[in-house]
This record gives sequence, C-alpha cells and structure tokens, in this order.
Amino acid sequence: MSSSAVAPFVAPDAIGDLAAATASDSALRRFLHGLPGVDQVGAEARAAGLATRSIKKDAKRWALDMIVAMTDLTTLEGADTPGKVRAMSAKAVQPEPGDPTCPSVAAVCVYPDLVAVAKRAVAGSSVAVASVATAFPSGRASLEVKLADVASAVDAGADEVDMVIDRGAFLAGRYSVVLEEIRAVKQACGRAHLKVILETGELATLDNVRRASWLAMAGGADFIKTSTGKAAQSATPPVTLVMLEAVRDFAEATGTVVGVKVAGGIRTSKEAVRYLVLVHETAGVEWLRPDRFRFGASSLLNDVLMQRAFQRTGRYHSADRVTLD
Amino acid sequence: MAGRLDVRKTYKLYIGGAFPRSESGRSYAVADSRGRFLANASHASRKDARDAVVAARKAFDGWSGATAYNRGQVLYRVAELMEGRRDQFVEEVLAAEGGGRAKATAAVDAAIDRWVWYAGWTDKVAQVAGSANPVAGPYFNFSTPEPTGVVAALAPQSSSLLGLVSVVAPIVCVGNTVVVVTSADRPLPAVTLSEVLATSDVPGGVVNVLTGHAAELGPWLADHLDVNAIDLTGAAGDTDLAVDLEVRAAENTKRVLRSPAAEPDWTATPDGPRRILAFCETKTVWHPMGV
Repeated sequence: MSSSAVAPFVAPDAIGDLAAATASDSALRRFLHGLPGVDQVGAEARAAGLATRSIKKDAKRWALDMIVAMTDLTTLEGADTPGKVRAMSAKAVQPEPGDPTCPSVAAVCVYPDLVAVAKRAVAGSSVAVASVATAFPSGRASLEVKLADVASAVDAGADEVDMVIDRGAFLAGRYSVVLEEIRAVKQACGRAHLKVILETGELATLDNVRRASWLAMAGGADFIKTSTGKAAQSATPPVTLVMLEAVRDFAEATGTVVGVKVAGGIRTSKEAVRYLVLVHETAGVEWLRPDRFRFGASSLLNDVLMQRAFQRTGRYHSADRVTLD
Repeated sequence: MAGRLDVRKTYKLYIGGAFPRSESGRSYAVADSRGRFLANASHASRKDARDAVVAARKAFDGWSGATAYNRGQVLYRVAELMEGRRDQFVEEVLAAEGGGRAKATAAVDAAIDRWVWYAGWTDKVAQVAGSANPVAGPYFNFSTPEPTGVVAALAPQSSSLLGLVSVVAPIVCVGNTVVVVTSADRPLPAVTLSEVLATSDVPGGVVNVLTGHAAELGPWLADHLDVNAIDLTGAAGDTDLAVDLEVRAAENTKRVLRSPAAEPDWTATPDGPRRILAFCETKTVWHPMGV
C-alpha cells in the first residue's frame, strides 16, 4: 500500500513559484483549483485504518506525555473569569502536582482580554500564552476591527495568536480577500506565532480543506488549525489527514515548516493517540513535536492524566481525583 | 424432511444497557449440573470491567437522583417482567443448579419476590435508618442514608439467580449503580436477567453484568479508584481471594461487605435492610431553626 491513499502527492514542480501563484486573484484561483482533488472515501478509509493501530506499553507512556506537552489548554467561554484563567494556568504549568515527571502543557489559550492575566500566571514557566483573535469564532467583522483585536492580544503579551479565516469570503471564492487578511494579521502579530483556524466544519468538502490549508500557508501561517470548537463539527481524522498532507507537501515545496493544531471534540487519550499515529504516518516523525503539532483541548488533559496515573500505579483512576474545570 | 435447525443463543455481557461480546473475544464453555455442555458464555476481561465501571458511573447521577418512589416502581417492574419469563428462568436454574424442578421453581419465585421486597424498601429505608438528632443548639439536625456510588459485586457462586438478585437488588434499590461478576460456573440465568433488565425501566448502566471469573476480575475492581464499594459475597470459601481484595480495596477506602465463611441460604427473607445499609453513606445536615 502506498504511504497515503489520498495523495496524488503535490509535487514541488506542480506548485511552481508560490509568489507568482499568489500575485493576482486569477492566478491564486488557478493555483488553488489546480491542487489535486481529495479522494474523500480514500481519506476516510485511510484515517479509519490508522485508527486501528494499537499503541501499548512504553510507546503509550511516551504518547501520553507527548499529548500533555502538545496541549493548548483552552478556555473560551463567555463566563471566563480571571480566577478561572489563573487556576487553569496553574494546571498548565504543573498538570499533576504529585508527579514531577509530568511535563507542562504547550500553551494556555484564552480570549484577548484575559491574556494579561494568563501571562502573569504562567510567568517563569515554559508555557506560552495563546489568544484567539479576529472576531473569534465567526470572523465576521471589518479588517480594522480584526487587526485591533489582534493588536490588543499582542500588546497584552500573547505569544501565539489564533485567527479565524473569513469563511464567507472563502466559500464565495474571494480567495485573495482571505489571503490579504491573513497577511495583514501576520504582520500585526509581529513576533507572535500565527495559527490560522480554517473551521473545517464549515468548509463542506475535503477539497476546500486542502485549498484553505494552502491558502493559509501561503499567507504566512505558522500553524493551521482545524476548528474553533464552536461549530457543530470539529476536528475529524480525515480532515486532519488532509491538513497534514498539506503541511508535508508545503515543506517539500518551499522548505517552510508549518504546524497543525487539531481542536474541538477530542476528549479521550485514545482519540488523541490516534491523531499522533496519523501525524506519524502522514507528515512524518519530524512533526511529533509540540512546536509542530498541538491539541486544542480542555477536558482531554484530565483523561490523559488519569491514563498516566493508571500506567504508573496499575489502578484505574477516578475523575474524583482530577480537577474540575 | 430434515428437522429444524437449532437457533442457539449467544450469551453476552450486559454493559451500559447494551449486550457486547467480551472485548477480549474470549468465551468459555458452561456445563450443566451434571457436567454436560450447555452453552458458551462471554469470558469478561479487565477492559470489560473498566468499561462497565465507566457505564455505571455515567448512570449514577440519573439513578441516584430519581425519587425513591420512582426507583421502587422501576424495581417492581423488574419483578413483573421476570414473572413473564418464569418458565425460562426455571429451566435455566434447573439446568445450572440441578436439585429438582420444585427446588428450582421455589428459587425463581423467591428471586421475583425479592425484587418486590427491595422495591418496597426504596422509600422506607430513610425512615428506618435515618434519624432526627437532638443537638445542643438552635439547629434541626437530621441524618439520612445516601447511596455510596458505584458498587462492584461478586455474585454468589452456587445460587445462580436467587443469590444474584439478593446481592444486586439491595445495592441498586437505594440509588447505587452496580457492576456484578456472575457465578463463574452458572452464569446463564444472570444473562437472562440482563435481558429482563434491558427491557424493563431500569436505565442502562445501573446494572452491568459480567460473566467470568471473580479471581480474574475482582482485583481490577477492588483496585479501581472509581469504585466506591465492593461486595465480596461471591468470594465465600476462598479466604485468600477475599483477603487480597480487602487489602486492595483499602487504597481508596472502599466500603467492603466482607465475604461470609460459606454461602448463606438465600431462600429466607432477609432480616431487614442490612444489605442496603452496607452500601449507604450517612449524610447529616445541620439546619438553622430560624425564628
């Protein structure tokens, strides 16, 4: 079996000059619609096939620690308070106080107005602060408003910015509008890393997911992210497969490495381990690092901690023994 | 003309209201009281036990939150449905335990009556075991029995139906949910009881039935930190197992109903709510009297 059931691999020469491809509206459209189509049935079968891999013993222990280190611990609720963000940040720095071998998570992810609180709470640790911006989650605001949103997050000290693309413009075929917006946000980010949320649940087809991935990467994304977690459908393995192929091909074609973040609906260690298998088998082992693959999650962390405790003690754990959040 | 082909029954586990095969794919042969092959039963593994505890935990809030009156009605309905399958139960108990049809019939009747008996206790146990306590201050002070949580139970090894019901009914009647490991050699009536529970009004996950070996599943359940109490009745006569399980249960200070020296005679009506109270916590409330 070939390494990927989906891919006509997007060969470097098929891409040609990315700068030329993004120079005009028509060139951009030609380029995006010239990307090979995604075999949806093949992608689903491939993702389902990889989900049956059994990860045991040492590999499982390694995977659980890696999942913790890859987690963007997230709270994006209207009811968020500084107290809740501080509590979450403390947990992000030291997920399991009784076990010093447990790594810190990669980042905490909050709304822009709580970035300063989170920044103070994680000071001195390796945990980064990510902020959603650009009129998250719908992305329905003028560019000025979106850029002001980004600026407020960056000024407050955000290390990473999660922007949403304008799905309305994307679905209407106004690709250059989306591209310009991503470029503008990238510029507004300054030194902060930019994650571009495609909201794949609203993109309807895997072809669109592939196009949106390339569009985001051409715009300067450091990460492409599946979803906001606010739509009916969030991250799925087939969508992630297509995005991982896109970053692999983009790195091959341009030499620029882009990361992938899956978000929304991943609640159990088992599901998360399946994503790691998907990463390993699609983008390759080089992507199994916290700076190239992330989980946006809140309840996932507790399940991983319970699994770690089971691996350590041999006793099944209880949700009574992890924090409520 | 050839005779009709046998339609043989597949005996499966009962977890979270569904009838899965064992995750391990294992099964074992079950013999009748004279050693002749009866059927294959699923041989539950530790992962089945794990899944059953998850299902029981999920069902706990709903079941313990139901009114005592409602739980009584639901358990009475189990008796109604068992009555409808009385002949089937008699055949299965007879095949499993031997000892004659009259004895098997008496055991099935007693098992049905036991549901009714415990159904009656649901809304009475608080009056009997609860109390209004005199205190030296301006407070109402009262204590009520509350369900412990998820209970693991090792069902009796000899009495395949009456013993099982006598163990499970007191646990669930007060609002606990249960993961029960059946008699290893006589598991089939328990599976038929699962079918009764599945078609009754007992919510899925309140009773989870694992067919298999107490010595294999017991340690995982006794170790499990999300199991709040364990009933060791099925370990009667196996002191080593009982001691091991009690030691393991100490880790999260589980309530333990210790195993008797020998399996008791289940035909007698229980002498009060002793088994119910073994799986209750006492909640005491101090309430200011007001003016």
